[in-house]
Amino acid sequence: MIAIPYLTALSTYFSYGLLFAFGQLRDFFRKIVDWWRASTLDGYAPICLGLEDFYIRRLYLRIQDCFGRPISSAPDAWFDVVERYSNDNNKTLKRTTKTSKCLNLGSYNYLGFAAADEYCTPRAIESLKKFAASTCSTRVDGGTTMLHTDLEECVARFVGKPAAVVFGMGYVTNSAILPILMGKGGLIISDSLNHNSIVNGARGSGATIRVFQHNTPSHLETVLREQIAEGQPRTHRPWKKIMVIVEGIYSMEGELCKLPEIVSICKKYKAYVYLDEAHSIGAVGKSGRGVCELLGVDTADVDVMMGTFTKSFGSCGGYIAGSKELVQYLKYTCPAHLYGTAISPPGAQQIISSIKVILGEDGSNRGAQKLARIRENSNFFRSELQKMGFEVLGDNDSPVMPIMLYNPAKIPAFSRECLRQKVAVVTVAFPATPLLLARARICISAAHTKEDLVKALEVISGVGDLVGIKYFPAEPNKQHQEHGTIKLE
Amino acid sequence: MASYGLNMLNSTVNWVTQALDAPSARAVVFGVHIGGHYFVEGLLLVVILFLLSQKSYKPPKRPLSKKEIDELCDDWVPEPLIPSITKEMQYQPPVLESAAGPHVVINGKEVVNFATADYLGLVGHEKVQESCTAALEKYGVGSCGPRGFYGTIDVHLDCESRISKFLGTPDSILYSYGLSTMFSAIPCFAKKGDVIVVDEGVHWGIQNGLHLSRSTIVYFKHNDMKSLHDTLENITADNKRAKKLRRYIVVESVYQNSGQIAPLDEIIKLKEKYRFRVFLDESNSFGVLGQSGRGLTEYCGVPVDKIDIITAAMGHALATEGGFCTGSTRVVDHQRLSSSGYVFSASLPPYLASAAITAIDMIEENPDLIKKLKKNISLLLKGLSNVEGLTLTSSPESPIVFLKLEQSTGSTKGDMEVLEEIAERALKEDSVFMVTSKRSILDKCRLPVGIRLFVSAGHTEADLTKASECLKRVSALVLKHRD
Repeated sequence: MIAIPYLTALSTYFSYGLLFAFGQLRDFFRKIVDWWRASTLDGYAPICLGLEDFYIRRLYLRIQDCFGRPISSAPDAWFDVVERYSNDNNKTLKRTTKTSKCLNLGSYNYLGFAAADEYCTPRAIESLKKFAASTCSTRVDGGTTMLHTDLEECVARFVGKPAAVVFGMGYVTNSAILPILMGKGGLIISDSLNHNSIVNGARGSGATIRVFQHNTPSHLETVLREQIAEGQPRTHRPWKKIMVIVEGIYSMEGELCKLPEIVSICKKYKAYVYLDEAHSIGAVGKSGRGVCELLGVDTADVDVMMGTFTKSFGSCGGYIAGSKELVQYLKYTCPAHLYGTAISPPGAQQIISSIKVILGEDGSNRGAQKLARIRENSNFFRSELQKMGFEVLGDNDSPVMPIMLYNPAKIPAFSRECLRQKVAVVTVAFPATPLLLARARICISAAHTKEDLVKALEVISGVGDLVGIKYFPAEPNKQHQEHGTIKLE
Repeated sequence: MASYGLNMLNSTVNWVTQALDAPSARAVVFGVHIGGHYFVEGLLLVVILFLLSQKSYKPPKRPLSKKEIDELCDDWVPEPLIPSITKEMQYQPPVLESAAGPHVVINGKEVVNFATADYLGLVGHEKVQESCTAALEKYGVGSCGPRGFYGTIDVHLDCESRISKFLGTPDSILYSYGLSTMFSAIPCFAKKGDVIVVDEGVHWGIQNGLHLSRSTIVYFKHNDMKSLHDTLENITADNKRAKKLRRYIVVESVYQNSGQIAPLDEIIKLKEKYRFRVFLDESNSFGVLGQSGRGLTEYCGVPVDKIDIITAAMGHALATEGGFCTGSTRVVDHQRLSSSGYVFSASLPPYLASAAITAIDMIEENPDLIKKLKKNISLLLKGLSNVEGLTLTSSPESPIVFLKLEQSTGSTKGDMEVLEEIAERALKEDSVFMVTSKRSILDKCRLPVGIRLFVSAGHTEADLTKASECLKRVSALVLKHRD
């Protein structure tokens, strides 16, 4: 749970109030000007309704340059950020040909497979030559190549399930699978901070949706008991089936799921468990097999395991792993399998190769090194940030660490200042987080070296002082240095 | 009788008066004579106060005890996660051992491929391959982030402006998957209360978008302009509020479920008459229809700015993956922060974006490709004009050649079995790879199922003759066997 300091909450509300007031004022004058001119709508209702894009026009556009910064290289540990300028108060941004080399603390490149890799890239190019860039067809028609069947076996073996099916996009995996598994008369109990793809999938399914407090097994149990006892709303018939949906690592909080507790509760109440490992697969666990391995949960207890390949594996697409029957059923009826273009062959090869590297099947120990490195890097970086007095969310071992900013003005201040000092960080605001809880998010990679991290810490600490986001007192300096060296070696 | 009743009443009144005038009733409390009606009223007041002080009657509330809930939880038996597997669910698609070009290798045998929507024969084309290889070496495979968070790579921006330049629209936005383009774009512009008029034959991606938008959905008959006209008339005639709502017509340019081409010029006339906006899915017409492959707008001679929102998947003629949406700057910019499939998903792998740029360059440079495709389509249609037992439903210039059963077996499942047998035997006996139009249980489309052949500019004349000969032979065999 995030507890906002009282004064900060007040100033944040005030800031948003001010932004809102000025936005409304500008809209008011806009309206007068528009009224003066002839209406161009001509009998149509406006395509974006007033308040719908108020946030974009009056708040987001002011700090637009902090988001969507284009890069002109692979998203490796260091990358080239393209400089942009604006002639109309940030309304439109124009690209220049100038780039600046920045340390990348933003990409989900957990294992460093994003850039060209000595083992994976040649193989990806080879399969490009053999199978071309796309199959231009769905998996059930002409889109299943040998690579796809190999990939599905490989994924199933890696996550520890009997079978798997892969899709061309992670988002679609969630949003097209849930309507198949759940329907009318079913109940989906979803973590309150689940990803938008799960929310959309659940909505599309027609099942009833209940939410439990983020990562709180006791509340999950209360909800489950209440719902089973009461049954469906109005008819009070018993639920057909109940599915509990959680994520392995919550991408905006950096927290690990309390999976062992949740799984045992679900077992007790006979609810199915759906685990979304978008950020955790490949990134945590002794051999990179995700939260189940890290927290010691038997994969047989998780009914549906979902994950994406865009993060740790540096590719595209997503998978569902489960029992043989489940996968067979999904292949028969899942719209993403029936109507979506099959995953691109070089992308499929990248996943196969990176899994081989992680498991050490490439004949080297690079995979094990990468896994050790990301764990060390993450824990070092997190503890250093905490010592400096930042409010850092999340658990140890998680490579995602949000730093709370709260005030809207601190979002661009932090982001621009870090960028000026050649550190690229991600700042997250509405709609990805609640309006009040704006944050900067750091994603650590195994590709970062010790020097990179020390430099990043220096910059962030300096900017943190400047912007005033060290909400906790810092620990004594001497101890922090000693600690740092111990951790690093 | 009446006098008797009157007597009764009189005596009762007398009795009451006497009772009230009795000495006992003449008490004086605080100087007030409690006589007669005061006594009765006092009594009533006491009764009212007594009743008020009582709790109103409620059925006894007995919340379930912990033990009872435990029992209920123990008793509850969930349905299995999935229904039991039947035979038709065990369908295994053929596995390709080569790139999905006009000719592919399946089970070690070379077959003619009509299952891939590679309309211009760009799969595995040298130039596309080159640009992909260069991009793979420079950018790696994935982009490792959503567009907002350093997942925007310069090729994405180049690709967006290339598409706009090609179509002549102000701006475009790239999606990382074709299927997600429509179901993310629609909910951006339509919310609860808005009205969407839609063809009943649209594909699942659109259906899902409509569902997620929670708007009022009205279907019209498949590609029937009269039905569209009536629907629009009905909606606007008896609904004065409709003027203030956002109103859309959603159509596909070439329907994936029937191969028919939408008459855009007529739709535009209706749209302007009734003041609706048009959402057009150009997935199967981009790079195919029109003199230079600019899609249905060019084909029908409609200026592109008449269409408010155009979407397309790039996994067809462009021989890459992903999708795009194009339209006015306002339409595109709004999606950059409101479209869930754009904001919450990793961006398109850069090599696929650079493949798209190269593909568009090639379409512009080689108009012959489109001519060849058109020629191939008409050749195949000529060959298929009299297949026994099957009828063509697709339009003459559609790159999807769609054949349905002349006589349905009565159920989609039964039809499917027959068609599946035809496709299977065509592949096994004649080495022609064609597919049936499979449907998900979530798909609400009720158009008849059929056999789909995707024509490509890469097919030779011999391929096309082979396909039509094969289809004639096999369908005659299968259907005769059925009778």
